[in-house]
Amino acid sequence: MLLHSTKADWFGNVRGDILAGLVVALALIPEAIAFSIIAGVDPKVGLYASFCIAVVIAFVGGRPGMISAATGAMALVMVTLVKEHGLQYLLAATLLTGGLQILAGYLKLGSLMSFVSRSVVTGFVNALAILIFMAQLPELTNVTWHVYAMTAAGLGIIYLFPYLPLIGKVIPSPLVCILACTAFAMIIGLDIRTVGDMGELPDTLPIFLFPDIPLTWQTLEIIFPYSVALAVVGLLESLMTATIVDDLTDTSSDKNRECKGQGIANIGAGLLGGMAGCAMIGQSVINVKSGGRGRLSTLVAGSVLLVLVVFLNEWVAQIPMAALVAVMIMVSIGTFDWRSIRNLREYPLSTNIVMLSTVAVVVYTHNLAYGVLVGVLFAALFFANKVSHFMYVEKLMNDDLSERKYVFHGQVFFNSASKFLAQFDFKEAVPKVVIDLSKAHFWDITAVHSLDTAVIKFRREGAEVEVVGLNEATETIIDRFGVHDKPEQIAKVLGEHS
Amino acid sequence: MSIHSGDIFVAVDGSPVTPQLCEYAAWLFNSINQPVHLLHSVERSFAPAVADLSGQIGLGASEDLLNELASVEQKRSQLLLQRAAKILQHCKTLMQNAGVKHVELHSRHGDLAESLIDFEDQIRVLILGIKGEDHAEEEAGVGHQLEKVIRALHRPILIVNDEFKTPENIMLAYDGGEASKKALQMVIESPALNSRYCHLVAVGESKEAVINDASEMLKSSGIEYRAKILKGELLQSLIDYQEQHQIDLTVMGAFGHSKIRDFLVGSFTAKMIATTRKPLLLLR
Repeated sequence: MLLHSTKADWFGNVRGDILAGLVVALALIPEAIAFSIIAGVDPKVGLYASFCIAVVIAFVGGRPGMISAATGAMALVMVTLVKEHGLQYLLAATLLTGGLQILAGYLKLGSLMSFVSRSVVTGFVNALAILIFMAQLPELTNVTWHVYAMTAAGLGIIYLFPYLPLIGKVIPSPLVCILACTAFAMIIGLDIRTVGDMGELPDTLPIFLFPDIPLTWQTLEIIFPYSVALAVVGLLESLMTATIVDDLTDTSSDKNRECKGQGIANIGAGLLGGMAGCAMIGQSVINVKSGGRGRLSTLVAGSVLLVLVVFLNEWVAQIPMAALVAVMIMVSIGTFDWRSIRNLREYPLSTNIVMLSTVAVVVYTHNLAYGVLVGVLFAALFFANKVSHFMYVEKLMNDDLSERKYVFHGQVFFNSASKFLAQFDFKEAVPKVVIDLSKAHFWDITAVHSLDTAVIKFRREGAEVEVVGLNEATETIIDRFGVHDKPEQIAKVLGEHS
Repeated sequence: MSIHSGDIFVAVDGSPVTPQLCEYAAWLFNSINQPVHLLHSVERSFAPAVADLSGQIGLGASEDLLNELASVEQKRSQLLLQRAAKILQHCKTLMQNAGVKHVELHSRHGDLAESLIDFEDQIRVLILGIKGEDHAEEEAGVGHQLEKVIRALHRPILIVNDEFKTPENIMLAYDGGEASKKALQMVIESPALNSRYCHLVAVGESKEAVINDASEMLKSSGIEYRAKILKGELLQSLIDYQEQHQIDLTVMGAFGHSKIRDFLVGSFTAKMIATTRKPLLLLR
């Protein structure tokens, strides 16, 4: 199943896929180098990873046309691991990450994405853009004015070149930026930092190697927390990107297959001396924009990347960092969801808090997984809070004042349980109390517990208590309440609220 | 599901054989008296509507791209929808003129095989033109959709490639296989076929026993027939027989083998579809 693809997935759009794959390959090179630098490893680690992940995912991924490679989100998670333990541990962590992602695929955890709300996705994307931008700042501090000038010129080329007639839409402007800056720096003989100064570039095809680490419990203790974080971040970004590509191309994708595919790609990357990666939002948008739709585009991007880097490594080493920074600033601007800023004024406060807290936590911890966790938590709390308002009570008294009746309507669960309890007037001296629950829904044990509390309290006051309709009300407590596919059943259970 | 429930489905796509499809549908309607459904699948092209190789993403890149793609594709799809409506209306008029009262129109997104699978439970027989409109000019060859549809759908399929002629002489190409037994059963039971003259034909000496069994069944069902064992190459002898005996309709089992085997040695069914000049009724 993992290798199954239709002919249309591969060859439905050959010309478009090849052209788009070339554009993406050219754009991937600066990104892979930049993300290696963020992670603190040699550029070749990111470049080998990008090659391997893109090629493997072309075959096993669940979303044709999506670009996966070494990414900033993953690089940020691995920084401390590399700093404290070195490259070999990173490679081992990458293998373990792959294993965990495959496991997630088989456990169908991809469907958990439904808990990640729109605001959390927006927060994730914005945080990612901010982090990519922040990662460029070290290249722009304590440098000569030449670097600033070159970065500004680079950005100018990137954004203005597409407006040129004829060639503007045919030659990728980030490539023009890199070529122009490199040529300029080499001709003038500028003494500024280049890619070659940042570490080793690939000079051969990658070789198959098992990470050189002791296979001990201690090693596992070191890499496991990083692997979990990498697996989570990788899957989150991949599945979010898959959704974006789904929307752009108006087609569907297999999310659980994508999880497994990411895992296999990461294991491949780890064995070829590459860092862990995942899907890339910016590159995938570039791919679709350039006309890429099928698996071929991803395959072309990965293979062309490797060929270019291996054969042109001496030239790649000459690329000034300033040109790279310009490209990365473009990526960060393109990734950021600018509409979300405008939406802040229109959206409800709770939605904004979810989005902003996601961004804040990520920017503070440099770990996208924490941000998403906080965002999902906030979203769930706000939801619970909103739903708890859907409860009210009718209080009825019979004519001779001997019987008080409480008719509850709505949702009773942990968050509304105290409100439920507060509806009762325990001070009222009546001989009989009827609690009618046939129009209420008890969602959890907290609700049942507060009902017990109320009954006992009334009995202590000397009242006789009768509870009506408890069975209907508690039907919703059962964990697998298997009526989700039968509309008439749902209507029966939730009759009051339709 | 029995072969006698369900309605007549016609896949119309505006190709040159469309009027003939309608005529065959009318003939079947008069024989088996089931409602006729006209199905048109609106296929969007896989090719991207926008291709900008500048490799640059600016403010709100993803959102702008989505809007751009949506508006270009909306225009494309609107044209396709208008065409679909025109084709369906035209066919409906043809059907009504031919006296078919009960006609339903369906216009569905997606490729034809997918749309047909959604309807599979309602289909008693599917009528299909030999080549989709995209391929009308190509020399003999199976339309790109056809094999996919035949393989996907487990209902009888009538393939139309010629002028309409009320079938009088039908040929049952019989090899004793599972699918061809179904074809035999169809000839015996279908009100559209069992009052015609049946040529029971097999190729190769070894088929004597199977053909005798089949003859018995036809005889006991009171169908007028003649049995014949042909010699020579399978495809050519069948085609020759069709011409010599003015066969109007050939009934046969289809794609008895796996895709992989057919890929290696070539599928007889595909060759038959490509070569025959007479309508074919295929059973899986």
